[in-house]
Amino acid sequence: MELISALLVQSMQMLLVLAAAPLLTGFVRKVKARLLRRRGPPVVQPYRDILRLLKKEVVVADNASWIFRVAPYVIFATTWVAAALVPTFATGLLFSWSADLIAIIALLASARFFLALAGMDVGTAFGGIGSSREVMIASLAEPAMLLIVFSMALVARSTQLSAVADLLATSEVGLRVSLGMALLGLIIVAIAENGRVPVDNPATHLELTMVHEAMVLEYSGRHLAMLELAASVKLLLYLSLIGCIFAPWTLAEPDSSTASHIAGFGLYLAKLAVLGFLLAVFETAIAKMRVFRLPDFVGGALMLGLLGTLLLFVSRSL
Amino acid sequence: MTSVAFLMLCAAALLGVALLAIASARSLAATSIVYGATLVITLAATAASVAALTGYSVTPADLMLPIGLPWIGAHFRLDALAAFFLAVVNVGGAAASLYALGYGEHEDEPHRVLPFFAAFLAGMNFVVLANDAFSYLLSWEFMSLASWALVIAHHREPENRRAGFVYLVMASIGTLALLLAFGLLTGTDGNYTFEAIRAGARTPMTAAIVLALVLIGAGSKAGLVPLHAWLPLAHPAAPSHVSALMSGVMTKVAVYGFIRIVFDLAGALPWWSGALVLAIGGLSAVLGVLQALMQDDTKRLLAYSTIENIGIVFIGLGLALAFRANAMEAAAALAMTAALLHVLNHSLFKSLLFFGAGAVLVTTGERNMDRLGGLIHRMPVTSFLFLVGCTAISALPPLNGFVSEWLTFQAILLSPDLPQWALKVMVPAVGGLLALAAALAGATFVKMFGITFLGRPRSDEAATAQEVDRFSLAAMALLALLCLITGIVPGFFIDAVAPITRMLTGGALPLQASLPWLTIVPAVASGSSYNGLLVFLFIATSAMLAVWTIHRFASHAIRRGPAWDCGFPDASPLTQYSGSSFAQPIRRVFLARTTATHEEVVMPAPGDVRPARFSLVITDPVWTWMYLPFAGAVEFASLQLNHLQFLTIRRYLSLVFFSLVALLLVLAIWS
Repeated sequence: MELISALLVQSMQMLLVLAAAPLLTGFVRKVKARLLRRRGPPVVQPYRDILRLLKKEVVVADNASWIFRVAPYVIFATTWVAAALVPTFATGLLFSWSADLIAIIALLASARFFLALAGMDVGTAFGGIGSSREVMIASLAEPAMLLIVFSMALVARSTQLSAVADLLATSEVGLRVSLGMALLGLIIVAIAENGRVPVDNPATHLELTMVHEAMVLEYSGRHLAMLELAASVKLLLYLSLIGCIFAPWTLAEPDSSTASHIAGFGLYLAKLAVLGFLLAVFETAIAKMRVFRLPDFVGGALMLGLLGTLLLFVSRSL
Repeated sequence: MTSVAFLMLCAAALLGVALLAIASARSLAATSIVYGATLVITLAATAASVAALTGYSVTPADLMLPIGLPWIGAHFRLDALAAFFLAVVNVGGAAASLYALGYGEHEDEPHRVLPFFAAFLAGMNFVVLANDAFSYLLSWEFMSLASWALVIAHHREPENRRAGFVYLVMASIGTLALLLAFGLLTGTDGNYTFEAIRAGARTPMTAAIVLALVLIGAGSKAGLVPLHAWLPLAHPAAPSHVSALMSGVMTKVAVYGFIRIVFDLAGALPWWSGALVLAIGGLSAVLGVLQALMQDDTKRLLAYSTIENIGIVFIGLGLALAFRANAMEAAAALAMTAALLHVLNHSLFKSLLFFGAGAVLVTTGERNMDRLGGLIHRMPVTSFLFLVGCTAISALPPLNGFVSEWLTFQAILLSPDLPQWALKVMVPAVGGLLALAAALAGATFVKMFGITFLGRPRSDEAATAQEVDRFSLAAMALLALLCLITGIVPGFFIDAVAPITRMLTGGALPLQASLPWLTIVPAVASGSSYNGLLVFLFIATSAMLAVWTIHRFASHAIRRGPAWDCGFPDASPLTQYSGSSFAQPIRRVFLARTTATHEEVVMPAPGDVRPARFSLVITDPVWTWMYLPFAGAVEFASLQLNHLQFLTIRRYLSLVFFSLVALLLVLAIWS
């Protein structure tokens, strides 16, 4: 019985992630449009886009290999598995012990690895430019993320995400400088990893400034639908991660009542709405950066992570 | 027969094969016979060493042969550490032999490769088995010379001759350093067996000098920065199956030498020895991978990536030294396990990648990736297996590279408990370097796979490439399978190295095989865990689910058409990204203000019809900082000493007399 209910919570979370991800993307787009005094597309537009793409035929370039056709599924699967390991409205996921935060980062790195390969598969200049810039950004964002994970893990004495969330929710950790640094760094990494302004512009096309869009330029139909969905899931993952680490009080305990699960669910949606709103405001308020100014921006996250970890290392004995 | 005797017999049989190869190298069947024989022997040796490691009777077995120095003899011994490294050596040797059954047919001058290949394998086996300083050094030198002969097998290319010369010089310096290290360890008694060395007492000063000498001796062979300069020259110069052995296996024999001397023989070392090894490891990891990313030569890229991975191994070893010096046995065991597992993993995927590069080299004759591309259509199996190797070395789950890096990170997270302040500041910095190296390794292998196998062919050779023979494919498939197995059930491998960590650090990881679902946990105290099998199943299930849903409900229509490329596709394959243009953003971020890269743009004036030219020179800065000044100093000193060759008899005699007096004085003051 216990196993079944745990399994239920786990699969609920996985489906929730999948169902809510396009909604979040649509919500952020809507808020951005309203801030620019446009009416904007309806919030459910991403669902319509995905459904429409699924119905269309796929056009594959003549010299595309099997990598091109397999990559969307691999990218979607790894991103979804990573997202399933992040607690959304309840802690104590059934399989959360099978992979920790380091593994979540590595799963996202796998998705990026295959996306970069898919960008290079057809052999066009745009695909190459996207892939080479993506790995440049990742070469700074990924170590930054790992160092941020280090500082959380040093506080919680575990790299397990549910352990970190439990500890931050229940015990008196208090305000810590290094956790503040970790939060700031995590926000920068989230912006960089999801290709948001100022790192990349998700709404751009036919521009030399694009990164993510350049890699998926050759994709169409159901393949593109998979990639769009994966991108939405990734955005949801990062916002859930920030919510679960820095506002863990709303998470339902594994053995708590159904009512608290429902409350946790509602609060989770509220958290996502707040974070999505803040993201839209930030994106509207800032201009896109030149590519070679990005190292300063993302490198800032790296330095914050290093500083936070260093502080924890040094303060452990005090 | 004891296992040590059996393994000695295997090594001796390899020597016999080498002799046979000398006699018959010019005959037609020699290639198949020699590689077939080495395959059988290394497989037998693998089975014996794995049995010795996993069998519950890990009692060390000794063997004394009445050869070598008079009255001393040659001692050999098989303990858990030796058994583990013998398994690594012989798995690599067996894979290389299998690969060479096909690859070796393309060799123009087999008599320059066959005898030395078998001798090289025998030498590596002997190094690991040796149990006294004399046989150790003798086998070490034998291994170095055999591999040197393989490096200059294609000696008609001037580049290879240069590589051979640099390798010979560096190997001599390394052996000299090891000789001095053993001299300091044995003292003046003249008992060279490892038992006597282990029992001897020495001052911290002596131990420190020994550590420095071993870092030079074994570190130069392993490719630690800054002694790595020979490695990217020599490893690619050899035939590809030998490159795989040198990069995947011989560097591991050097790691074995380091572990044997520093952890086993030298006794207790102070905490700062760990800090030193840690710093060198971190530097090697980052500098190695940055240089790897800049290379356009497939085999040289792999050689630089070896430096990175050796750096990761030494980060683990440095942590283990630091923990052991502070009597934190469990943490030391974790760091040691991470290092040993990375030794195994790197030997698997690096051999696989070198085999893939060799397959491309055989069918296209190219090592320059800017003349390759699109090979995934022409060589589907090779490219799939190569992709497995690329994902493994980029530390992506669920393959094996991730497991050892995960364990290293877990060891780093245990180190705030170290009492020394220097270590407290250094370990997070090294953790940052390791994270950076992992991310850059991903970029490096996206570049390598993307430029070589994806896109459109950049030359006629690439456009007409053929799939390679079945032996080569079988060797690559075997290694790819081992990469997957080590990745999804790492618990068994962690349990297998537990006797080693117990022997060297006094602690061991909790027994992993008994944990539910084959999970691995690094330490009882920490709540972290990882389960490669479940992650693998999760990814597979959700990918299947996605595929099934799509094929059930979505459109099946598919149409082939020209590439879109924003409406401006260009027919020339030169409009694709090349290796150096792919690396340009990272080059600009990390190496812009260093001497490692030099870009030159020649832009003609407006109205001038000459084309604009861009040239890029990548150099390894250690050459200008360290090697060239050093070589200059050596040349200057030898010119000065040259006068001594033209003395009269009288002056020679007085020189001999005064040298003798000076040496005796030194000895008198010493003792």
